[in-house]
Amino acid sequence: MKSEFLLQIKDLKASIDNKSIIKGLSLEVKPGEIHAIMGPNGSGKSTLANVLTGRDLVTVTDGSVTFEGRNLLDMSPEERAREGIFLSFQYPIEIPGVSMVNFMKTAINEQRKHRGLEPLSASEFLSQMREKKELVEIDSALTNRSVNEGFSGGEKKKNEIFQMAMLEPRLALLDETDSGLDIDALRIVANGVNKIRSADTSVIVITHYQRLLDYIIPDFVHVMFDGRIVKSAGPELALELEKRGYDWIRKEADIAEESWITDRKL
Amino acid sequence: MDYRPEVISKLSAMFNAGHGTFLKDSPELFNRHREKAFNDFLRLGIPDRKNEAYKYTNLEKFLNYQYQDYFFPLPSDFREAERFHCEVEDLNVWNMVLLNGFFPHGEDGLVMLPGGIWVGSMKAAVRQFPSLVEKHYNRYVEDGTDGLIPLNTALASDGLFLYAPKNTVYTKPIQIVNLLHSDKDIFVQDRNLIIVEEGAQLSLLSCDHSISPRRFLTNTITEVYVGRNARFDIIRVQNQHDNSGKITHTFIHQERDSYASSNNISLHGGLVRNATWHYLGGENSETHSYGLFLADKDQHIANFVKVDHVAPNCNSTQLFKGVLDDNSSGAFNGRIMVHKDAQKTNAYQSNNNIILSDTARMDTKPQLEIYADDVKCSHGATVGQLDENALFYLRSRGIDVHEARLMLMFGFAHEVIKKISIEALRDRIDDLVQKRLRGELSRCASCAVQCN
Repeated sequence: MKSEFLLQIKDLKASIDNKSIIKGLSLEVKPGEIHAIMGPNGSGKSTLANVLTGRDLVTVTDGSVTFEGRNLLDMSPEERAREGIFLSFQYPIEIPGVSMVNFMKTAINEQRKHRGLEPLSASEFLSQMREKKELVEIDSALTNRSVNEGFSGGEKKKNEIFQMAMLEPRLALLDETDSGLDIDALRIVANGVNKIRSADTSVIVITHYQRLLDYIIPDFVHVMFDGRIVKSAGPELALELEKRGYDWIRKEADIAEESWITDRKL
Repeated sequence: MDYRPEVISKLSAMFNAGHGTFLKDSPELFNRHREKAFNDFLRLGIPDRKNEAYKYTNLEKFLNYQYQDYFFPLPSDFREAERFHCEVEDLNVWNMVLLNGFFPHGEDGLVMLPGGIWVGSMKAAVRQFPSLVEKHYNRYVEDGTDGLIPLNTALASDGLFLYAPKNTVYTKPIQIVNLLHSDKDIFVQDRNLIIVEEGAQLSLLSCDHSISPRRFLTNTITEVYVGRNARFDIIRVQNQHDNSGKITHTFIHQERDSYASSNNISLHGGLVRNATWHYLGGENSETHSYGLFLADKDQHIANFVKVDHVAPNCNSTQLFKGVLDDNSSGAFNGRIMVHKDAQKTNAYQSNNNIILSDTARMDTKPQLEIYADDVKCSHGATVGQLDENALFYLRSRGIDVHEARLMLMFGFAHEVIKKISIEALRDRIDDLVQKRLRGELSRCASCAVQCN
């Protein structure tokens, strides 16, 4: 029987180089929902994204993660992507010599093959490229270059959203996609996300700041501290965090001062 | 035990036995140089690892072998070679085949192409342009430590002659296919001379192939003269079988306001060593040396480069890359030499290598020698693995790990390929390199002859 949850994380524990980072985290995401995960630096937000996408530098030591009822942790990174998981990288990688066109064509056709579909014809592919480029207002010249090579910080983030629009994931993870964006780029990125969201597509927004959530309205906001989700509420929680910082939550959650690093600049 | 004395004595016997043949069938100009050249070879010997330029390259596997005498091909050999066609789609070239270092048409082998450019056999050129050839032959050869260079002068009887007279421009690339085909194991010596006079422009695509499953060793000298305000590009695609050794020595001499580039793409071949000398003898000139190799099994591929900045205000770049798998090995030895009058020199050198296995080995030795005080020079070398972050990025988009690795290797290689100025050729070589990386290349796709 198909699970009512798209993603179900149960009591997850994970470490990097034997250092425990995620210390018992549970989260359930239904199709179509938008979840925001906030929290100070070092609370494990990006590590969670790495666990979900299968980065091998993170070791899962306990707990389970299922995606549409199937064990996600058994799948290779490429299988997860073909099943519909997409990560918008915090730091997108420059790959000199690999053209955007060839990269996207290979990615799309691998996904289609996985779903038992024929590869796209050259003209179908190009028209899809054109359509999605408009969606994220990305300069045509960028897609004629090598992957992220020489792109500005904002262009790299827009390129992530472009790839997301091309691959039409079931679950999109946005890892600090808002960092380093000016207000125009932020609006474009948020628009892109809003245009692809549907009753089927879920989004997890990982962010320090509330401002992206002005544009992408979450159904749930979770606060992460020291490898756990310590508070979950509706979108009003983000506004409260913006006003009051994280200290009050730490107190509320009764977490020892020394066990977390706060970002007081907020 | 040192294998060389025995090999040298066999080569001496070969030289003496062939002497009658050389003197009878070779141009007088060639014969005049032979005796001295052979003595130079005897004095310098076969380079070993004590020679800095061969520190990481062991020639023994291909030099320590009894090749059969080979001075001139038989007419029947040429008939076989005529079956060979290399038609590159969309690549409009003028095409010619050299068999074991000789032109099939021998005596009449010199033609004038539209625009007034001459191409053909060295033997024929000596007859048709005696004073021109004499002015350039054996003039740009240097390096007094490598005995293989005079050995070529002592033994060679033919090769490619390419002549672009003043202000002639040939827009198509000229393609030369160097074919190895014999029912014997042979040691080939070809001697090429390229003259690009003032204001002329020429590009050469040189492809190396081996048809028969014999052992081959080729020792090639190519001398290039690039006159004032002239332009010359050479692209080599080396795709001989792994039982072949290929050693090239290329000397590019540039006058002022000139441009030259060399690009060596090495795909297959048991031993490949390309030595390229760039001599910037006149002001305001530009020269580029590029190389890419993909090695696996027991291949050894070495690139030696020397750029001599003799005149001021010249620019040079070197970009060499290698991908090594299995037990293969590679070497890069690149030197920028800025002489004392070469002020305002810009010289860059970069060597990057990717190692895919635990048993592959790469040695790289970048060198700068500067005697002028107002110059910009840089060099850098890396040996590493594929970038794990990039690999994960590709996989996170659904691309299979094997395919992602190929894409990264190809991207790495493409940085050298994209320096090729002829677009159709760039696409073609992209395609060859893709196939090579996939292990699908044993011969070029458009070739009618099945190798291996």
